[in-house]
Amino acid sequence: MAGVTRTPTNLTQGSKTKGGIGESTLRPDGTLKVTGEFAYSSDLWHEDMLWGFTLRSTEAHAELVSIDTSEALAQPGVYAVLTYDDLPADVKHYGLEIQDTPVLAHGKVRHHGEPVAIVAADHPETARRAAAKIKIEYRQLPLVTDEASALAEDAPLIHEGRDDHHIGHVPHPNIVHRQPIIRGNADEARKKADVIVEGEYVFGMQDQAFLGPESGLAVPSEDGGVELYVATQWLHSDLRQIAPVLGLPEEKVRMTLSGVGGAFGGREDISMQIHACLLALHTGKPVKIVYNRFESFFGHVHRHPAKLWYEHGATKDGKLTHMKCRIVLDGGAYASASPAVVGNASSLSAGPYVIDDVEIEAIALYTNNPPCGAMRGFGAVQACFAYEAQMDKLADKLGLDRVAFRQLNAMEQGTIMPTGQPVDSPAPVAELLRRVKAMPLPPERQWESSEGADVRQLPGGLSNTTHGEGVVRGVGYAVGIKNVGFSEGFDDYSTAKVRMEVVAGEPVATVHTAMAEVGQGGVTVHAQIARTELGVTQVTIHPADTQVGSAGSTSASRQTYVTGGAVKNACELVREKVLEIGRRKMGTFHPAWATAELLLEGGKVITDGGEVLADLVDVLEDEVVELEEEWRHRPTVAFDLETGQGDGHVQYSFAAHRAVVEVDTELGLVKVIELACAQDVGKALNPLSVVGQIQGGTTQGLGVAVMEEIIVDPKTAKVRNPSFTDYLIPTILDTPTIPVDVLELADEHAPYGLRGIGEAPTLSSTPAVLAAIRNATGLELNKTPVRPEHLTGT
Amino acid sequence: MRVNFTVNGRKQEADDVWEGESLLYVLRERLGLPGSKNACEQGECGSCTVRLDGVPVCSCLVAAGQVEGREVVTVEGLADFAKQRAEGCASGACGTELNKAQQWQAKPADSQTGEGSGLSPIQQAFIDAGAVQCGFCTPGLLVAADELLERNTSPSDADIREALSGNLCRCTGYEKILDAVRLAAARGEAETAGTGV
Repeated sequence: MAGVTRTPTNLTQGSKTKGGIGESTLRPDGTLKVTGEFAYSSDLWHEDMLWGFTLRSTEAHAELVSIDTSEALAQPGVYAVLTYDDLPADVKHYGLEIQDTPVLAHGKVRHHGEPVAIVAADHPETARRAAAKIKIEYRQLPLVTDEASALAEDAPLIHEGRDDHHIGHVPHPNIVHRQPIIRGNADEARKKADVIVEGEYVFGMQDQAFLGPESGLAVPSEDGGVELYVATQWLHSDLRQIAPVLGLPEEKVRMTLSGVGGAFGGREDISMQIHACLLALHTGKPVKIVYNRFESFFGHVHRHPAKLWYEHGATKDGKLTHMKCRIVLDGGAYASASPAVVGNASSLSAGPYVIDDVEIEAIALYTNNPPCGAMRGFGAVQACFAYEAQMDKLADKLGLDRVAFRQLNAMEQGTIMPTGQPVDSPAPVAELLRRVKAMPLPPERQWESSEGADVRQLPGGLSNTTHGEGVVRGVGYAVGIKNVGFSEGFDDYSTAKVRMEVVAGEPVATVHTAMAEVGQGGVTVHAQIARTELGVTQVTIHPADTQVGSAGSTSASRQTYVTGGAVKNACELVREKVLEIGRRKMGTFHPAWATAELLLEGGKVITDGGEVLADLVDVLEDEVVELEEEWRHRPTVAFDLETGQGDGHVQYSFAAHRAVVEVDTELGLVKVIELACAQDVGKALNPLSVVGQIQGGTTQGLGVAVMEEIIVDPKTAKVRNPSFTDYLIPTILDTPTIPVDVLELADEHAPYGLRGIGEAPTLSSTPAVLAAIRNATGLELNKTPVRPEHLTGT
Repeated sequence: MRVNFTVNGRKQEADDVWEGESLLYVLRERLGLPGSKNACEQGECGSCTVRLDGVPVCSCLVAAGQVEGREVVTVEGLADFAKQRAEGCASGACGTELNKAQQWQAKPADSQTGEGSGLSPIQQAFIDAGAVQCGFCTPGLLVAADELLERNTSPSDADIREALSGNLCRCTGYEKILDAVRLAAARGEAETAGTGV
């Protein structure tokens, strides 16, 4: 072969870049995570570091008469004990929207577990023991624990002298926010109804129960600032709240995202961030704080427990006439995300159905219960639980099939929401129900075998409580609607910095964002987007920090849409610059440089016809192209405070579930046999991750259906089960097979047509399980979670 | 107090251990092995699972003094442990032979494919099956799943669920964890049969 030259060779057609969007590429952090090398926020270590500990209130509502820290400070190994009086700046409160939360309690405590003092010591146990020596004298105050006690004539005000922007439109200072939505005329439409169904529903307080505890490391720096390594959902939101209470400009608080062990909304609010920084700045030493599980239950907000009242009407041919509802969310002692949760609960309270005449009211209360805020599903979960129960009741009353009745009223593209906003992208609600119903049912009595009953497959499992006696099967359906992205006029932007250069003879892209990777796989998707847009194989994901602009929160199913959109946009701009360089250097070599649509694929510049113009390596040589750019989705507007009208949401996301349960009706034990899901994802950027999100979200919905609830004693407002011994989340034995049917109907407004997916499966999972249990038992079951005593009447 | 024990085949000596410290704390904070995780520190979540003389235990529930003179395998040593087991060293604590140690050289590892990273079969299967999201439960699950496959090379789904019922995961809904264990088992069987996967 040597010597043979100038023979014709194949012209390389732009080979499609591998590992782009639509492929199930594997996580770039996968190897680190399976070898134990991935640095989570609780794994950090620094020479000379101290351990911080938080002393928390043992009372739910009490005046702080005195705090004596002298004995704690005198303990060997203790470096600092700080209380409210030691706070260094004029700003002493923080909060996501309303700055109502004191860094350390001042004057009174408003909930069980509120931070009162912080300690730094050379060993975590020394810090704990020192904290136990702090003497606090409390004087009990009357408790506010529910709507009646919050709005009573002599109700104590949880926050006196409110001056936030909601106080002007709420009927009582113990109401954080109220959002009515009025559309059409529900009273008139009610007259057309042949059947009317009314129900009251109770949704328990759910915990995010992420496994990686709140933790981080604060290191004081020479310029008087602080470096903070922490697990959070939104670095820049933390920064905006941390810097003022430290009395530092934001540029002196340098934050880096550490490994995050799950979030689910529970890391939207500040937990140990400020405390660690205060101790570090006070002692001049690095300070690490790691909550244990007990403390974690007090260290973050929970899902709002809710009481919901609904009335629906329908004609005898099965068309919904109207809906009235009232949703009361318990926001607990501090506002957290309550206003936005109210907005979601009200605007999504009608579900994915066509209802022209509605009368809706949602409120969040201030009480002395634990603060509640963001959790996956964010207000839409509670509403879905209630309206889906209503749908079953209506269908039954009309003698219609429960799925067919839903399909008859299902919204579709063009439907007007109760807020007056048209749904302007695919809304395949009826189709999702059809798909989930069409999946084959799991066989009956799977536990039976020639060797007798396999108790592992039965309710009660290895407790060996039944061999099939008293076990009844039930099937239930539900469907839900969730908004994607931050709503109500919020400037919900993200920022991406993308760099392209030649490294070791290969074109390499580097993507730098402040996006919090909390497990969802954003880092995987960013690399896929860069490969697709820039035609490179090698993509480096820079650690997330505050040296780049805000990415917004890893919340509201928004990151693939918004930060994914920002990465796509930045890549497109980088591509243009690369092509400019190409035109400058090589434009004269081939007319297509000037005339054709050019793409980057497989490390080459190609025409849209597939002709190769140049290698990226030759175009770039030693030039580096880098830019940072903000990106926004189309704007939303606030809901009118009286009528709730307004184009408040960016995008909607839909999922449907079918639950199959087996119930031991004698003992009230439930085994979920299968929980099938169909969801429209617009475009699955990474199908493996999409299915993982749907299965994970489904399982959290299952948890709150039959197991999960933070129990707050109504007499004391104290949390009774802050541990994984007493707060149960689903194990692998509690979790059934979760077959997933993914539908991809593009939303033309979104990058790649994608739809945010993380939350929708958490909505319909719970009501589907409840419907299946009702189907098995014939009971009404208006409260979640369902407990054995609800099924046995004992 | 001082505690002497073997971790991942290496003799370790931890000094100034306070009597109340757990094995988990000593591994994470004194020996620089934070792979075993601290999700609940009360024996409910399994994220701190290690092998203690071969038995899977929650290291948060083992007092450090209890491991004196014993052998511990953590997620950091899982790949070597599996490799040595495959080579006939059942305890996984046989160490590295001198000539092998002398021949050691750094190899490039590909985080995408796992190629060259020397992962154990169960670690690779967790990556391939999408069983890792936030990854906080992963170390404990890997140790537990590896132990399952050690004693049962072709577990049924019910066997897998039973063996992993002490390990909480909040992200995945467990489906892809089941997939990972099934995949590792299938690959192991294929290898035994000489067919390869």
